[in-house]
Formats: sequence, C-alpha cells, structure tokens
Amino acid sequence: MAFENNVDVEHPVHDIRTEAIKNFETKGFPSKKEEAWKYTSLNSLQKIDFSIFPKEENALEYKDVKRYSLHEIDTYKIVFVDGIYSSYLSETTHDGVDICLMSSALTKPMYKQIIDVYFNKVASKDESLTTLNTAFSREGAYIYIPKNKMPKKPVEILHFATGNEASLLLQPRNLVIVEENAEVQIIERHQSLTANEVLTNSVTEIFAAESAIVDYYKIQNDASGASLIDNTYINQKSKSNVNVHTFSFGGKLTRNNLNFYQNGEYMDSTMKGVTILGEKQHVDHHTLVHHIEPNCESHQDYKGIYGENSTGVFNGKIIVDKIAQKTNAFQQNNNILVSDKATINTKPQLEIFADDVKCSHGCTIGQLDEDALFYLQSRGIPKKEARALLMYAFANNVLESVRIPELKRRINKLIAKKLGVNLGFDL
Amino acid sequence: MLKINDLHAQVEDKEILKGINLEVNAGEVHAIMGPNGSGKSTLASVIAGKEEFEVTKGSVELNGEDLEDVAPEERAHKGVFLSFQYPVEIPGVSVTNFMKTAINESRKARGLEDMPAKDMLKLIREKSELLEIDRKFLSRSLNEGFSGGEKKRNEIFQMAMLEPKVAILDETDSGLDIDALRIVANGVNKLKSKDNAVIVITHYQRLLDYIVPDFVHVLHNGKIVKSGGKELAMELEEKGYDWIKQEATV
Repeated sequence: MAFENNVDVEHPVHDIRTEAIKNFETKGFPSKKEEAWKYTSLNSLQKIDFSIFPKEENALEYKDVKRYSLHEIDTYKIVFVDGIYSSYLSETTHDGVDICLMSSALTKPMYKQIIDVYFNKVASKDESLTTLNTAFSREGAYIYIPKNKMPKKPVEILHFATGNEASLLLQPRNLVIVEENAEVQIIERHQSLTANEVLTNSVTEIFAAESAIVDYYKIQNDASGASLIDNTYINQKSKSNVNVHTFSFGGKLTRNNLNFYQNGEYMDSTMKGVTILGEKQHVDHHTLVHHIEPNCESHQDYKGIYGENSTGVFNGKIIVDKIAQKTNAFQQNNNILVSDKATINTKPQLEIFADDVKCSHGCTIGQLDEDALFYLQSRGIPKKEARALLMYAFANNVLESVRIPELKRRINKLIAKKLGVNLGFDL
Repeated sequence: MLKINDLHAQVEDKEILKGINLEVNAGEVHAIMGPNGSGKSTLASVIAGKEEFEVTKGSVELNGEDLEDVAPEERAHKGVFLSFQYPVEIPGVSVTNFMKTAINESRKARGLEDMPAKDMLKLIREKSELLEIDRKFLSRSLNEGFSGGEKKRNEIFQMAMLEPKVAILDETDSGLDIDALRIVANGVNKLKSKDNAVIVITHYQRLLDYIVPDFVHVLHNGKIVKSGGKELAMELEEKGYDWIKQEATV
C-alpha cells in the first residue's frame, strides 16, 4: 500500500506525519503475538485490497441516511461519504463555537495556534494503527468549544460508506477541544450502506480543560462487511468530567482502544458499554485509565450479551501512579453467553503504585437466571420474549447515564431489535 | 377445577413430592401448611410448570386438561397464577410496562388484539387502588429496590391484573408487617369469587385469620398427611408440627 504519494509536504503537520510513517513502517500492523492483540486478529483484513480514496465523489440523498442520524432532535452534523465531507448533508457552525472540518483546521492559518498545541499531543506516537492514521488521515471532525460555552445542540459525526467501492479503507481523524467550564455532547456513528468491505481506522483526540464536561456516544451497529478500529485518546484536566458510552451491536470486527489520561485532580472519567452480538461478529474493548494525580475517580461498566458464534474481548487496564493517592477506580464487566459457541475473554489489568486508593474490579460470565426466566413465563410472557426482557434488564443500567433522552430511546429500540423481539411496549 | 393425582416430582434425582392428591374446586380456598422442607414451594412450582422439576409420576389437571408438557406461559394463559415467595427484580422495566406485556401476551395467545391503551390505564388504576398502590410505584422498575412488603403487594396486584382461575400464594405473608398483611389479604378476598380458586401456602396460621380457608392440608415429607377445616390451622399454631410428624411416621 503506497500512501506516501498522498502526503502533502507543504502541510503544517508534515513533520508529525513523516515521523508517524517512519514509526508505522518499523512496527507494521499489530499481530496476535502482541499481548494487546492476542484475541483479535487483523489477518483477514490485511488480505483485502482496499481502495484508499474513492475514485469519484459519491453523493447520498438525505432520505437514504436520515434514519442513521438522531433526526428526532436538532443536531449539528458533520457528515462524510466514503471519507469525503458532504456539505449537503452537514450542518456545521462557527457561531461562538467551532464545529467543522479537520481539513480546514489543519490548513487555515487561524487554527494554526490550536493545532500546534493539540494535534497529535495525546494520541500515541508508537501504537501502529494510530501512527497509520496520523500519517495518512485527511479528514474528520474538528470541534472547539471555548471557555464557558456550550453548543446549542448535540453534535453528530456520521460516516457513511456507499459501497460503490468493493473495499474501502477510511481513516478519519477527530479533534475535540473543550475549554474551561465548557460542555459538549457528541454522537459518533459509522455506517456502511452495503455488505461490501469497509475498514475504518479512526483516531479521536479529546482535550477536556478544567471543569469541562464531555459526553461522547459511540454507536457501532454497522453492516456485515464493516470493520472498525477506534482509537480514542482523552486528556483530562482538574474537575473535568468525561463520559464515553460505547454501544456495540454490529459490524464484522470492532476494536475499541479507549485511553484516558488524568492530568489533574478531582476529576471523573466514565466508560460504559453495551455489547450485543450475534453471527460471527467480534468486538474487542481495550480500556486504559491512567491516574496520574491524586483525588480522582474512574468508573467502568461494560455489559456484554454474546449469541451465535460471536466473540468478545474486554481488557480493562488501570494504572495508579505512586502520587495518585485517594484514587477511586471501579471496573465492572458482566457478560451473558446465550450460545454454546459464543466466547468472551475478559481481563482486568491493575497496576497500582499508590497505597491509599480504592480500586475494585469484577468480571462475570454467565447464563440467564433460570428463576427469573420462570418468573416472567409464569406471568404469561413466552420464553423468547422473557429472555429478551431479562437481557434488556441486564444491560439497562448502562443506559441510565445517557443524557440525551431521544438517544436513550433510540438505543433502547436498537437493543430490542437486536434481541429480536417486540417487547409489546415502547422501551 | 385443579386436580392433582398421585403427583411425584424430583429435582436432580432427589424425590421431593411423593404422591400428592388434591382437588380444588371453583370458589374454594385451600391452605397448604407444613414444616420447612416438606415440599410446599416445590408443589407450587410444579403446578406453575417450572422445568427444573421433573414429574416422574401422576398428573396435574386444570379443568380436565393434563398440564404435562404445557409451558409455564401457557399455563398462565390458561389461568394459573403463582405469587412468588421471592419475586425477581427486573431493572429498567416498569411495573406498568411489565403488566402491559404480560396482559397483551396472554391476549395474543387467545387470539385477541392488544388491549387499547385507555382500557389498560383504567384497569391499572382500578387494580392499584384495590391494593392501595401509589401511582409513582407503578413507574418504578419491577421489584427493584422494593421492600419485602412492596414486593408481595405487587405480586397480588399482578394477580388482580391477570385475573387467574387458580391462584397459588407461596408464603405471601412472609416479610409482611401487619398493615401490609391486611392490605394483601383484603386484596385477595376481593378477588375471590365463585369462579376462581385460591391455594394459600403458608408456614403460619396468621395469614389464615384474614384469608379464611375452606380446607387445610398439612404437607410433610412430600405427602399430604392430614386434611381438615380451618380449625386444623389453629391446632397447628398451638401445637406446632411435631405431632403431625410423629403421626405420619406411625
């Protein structure tokens, strides 16, 4: 794959890119020999001859993609079709906040100062897929919320793949900067419109300044040929609050690398996830929380329901530095296997160097509770619906913290659909 | 209405019910009493169709139909109701939504359309008043964080909503204070009619002061060892179960 031709030497981040290419060339794609990739193989994806950039611009009509956006409410939208920005489907703004394109942020002089301070500053310099993105990404969302501001409405970042290419590689790059006491809500979704192969290698950098609040929702309910590698890096300052919800209901292979770095005190980082898989789908959640300073909290709660031949991975790493006393770090991963052929590998990984901390972790793998099932059946609810209701109840508490009611309703509907039932009421 | 013939049931090769005979007619209230481990709750679960228990001999008939191989939900559709000793918590599903689902599934099984929302609300209001249930309670997640009394009251509320032919109340009095006991018993009494039957399973006579049985049966070691009128319950309260156990072994 010769991408080098596409690197612009005049570009202000040219040096960063050159270094990233070098690092990627040294490391190459991760293999199963690496501990972090033990249960997720990229072999089959590497065999595919992906198009890097579509031959022509592919247009979509709003009616074709409306259902993938949260159209019940008004939102800002940054929409990409086969990796190319669609101004027709988007609604951006510069009214007090900047909700626009990475390509303009990288090229327009007015953003240079911010780019210099933030671009590629929290993303890994040596994780190979991140470096690949750093080297070749051309587009993505740029969100800048100045001090004390909050956009009037949530922001949706939507990526559509038309299927006009037999196989497509997308490398979106998002930069989210939320200044002191500012707030933003973001929903990110990748949607392939056909069963064709799509591989998305996405990198998102989030900077939350003092007392900033960031709610980030990832909806992963993609088509059968779509794979996603999501690398999200979050740098948090004192008293900030960053919540990431990941809803993984589909796609062929999904890898979430979610990394929190707590650079300050009295802050809270929350990671929640609901995973419901079937067929031969695979989802791998790798989380990292690095408690660098004292008096902070982190909360992780991932629920998984695995059916048919699906496979799941949860690897939750918590590092508490020696000076990070009074850290409260909680991690929970509960799974239900509804098929004999489904598997889950779950692993907490705690590296605690401080002595005055509260850290707890728990993982469970089980089947549905037979007594609970009998209870529902005895009320006249057939077994299939009863099972679905119990699975819904199992996943439910993860949804409580979703702060956009319409989104919560959407996710509820997606869960009911994914569980294959009509529960007889609007969840 | 309900006829149990020489019923034997086991769980994991351990025989728990060892030949139960019981006939319950419409309009009757039966009490089943007995010491711990005598098989009372197992009998309730077997009637409701819990798959964990294997019926090795005998039968349970409802209005002449053998319930063998009838799934628990179908038994519910035919009019069997079990009030659980330990109701299960279902986070995220409100009492109201749960009842809507239960009622509409039962209607679907009978070839009926979903109950119109207006009728459903009216029914819910009516039945919740019967059990002195607050409206706020109905929007809470089913049994989640409910007190023991609230759980039991909610069980009887479900019974009121589903209008069963045979209702089995398994230790409904356990964990209830006297006020809750009165409300629950009052609810059951109002639901009682000449067309339905109630089986009260209890360890103590207390509940039977409020729900007065026509017949009392004593279960011991998987068998009904003594049957009588409501005075038998008084006798048990006074003398305990030891004399029954002795009588049974003689």
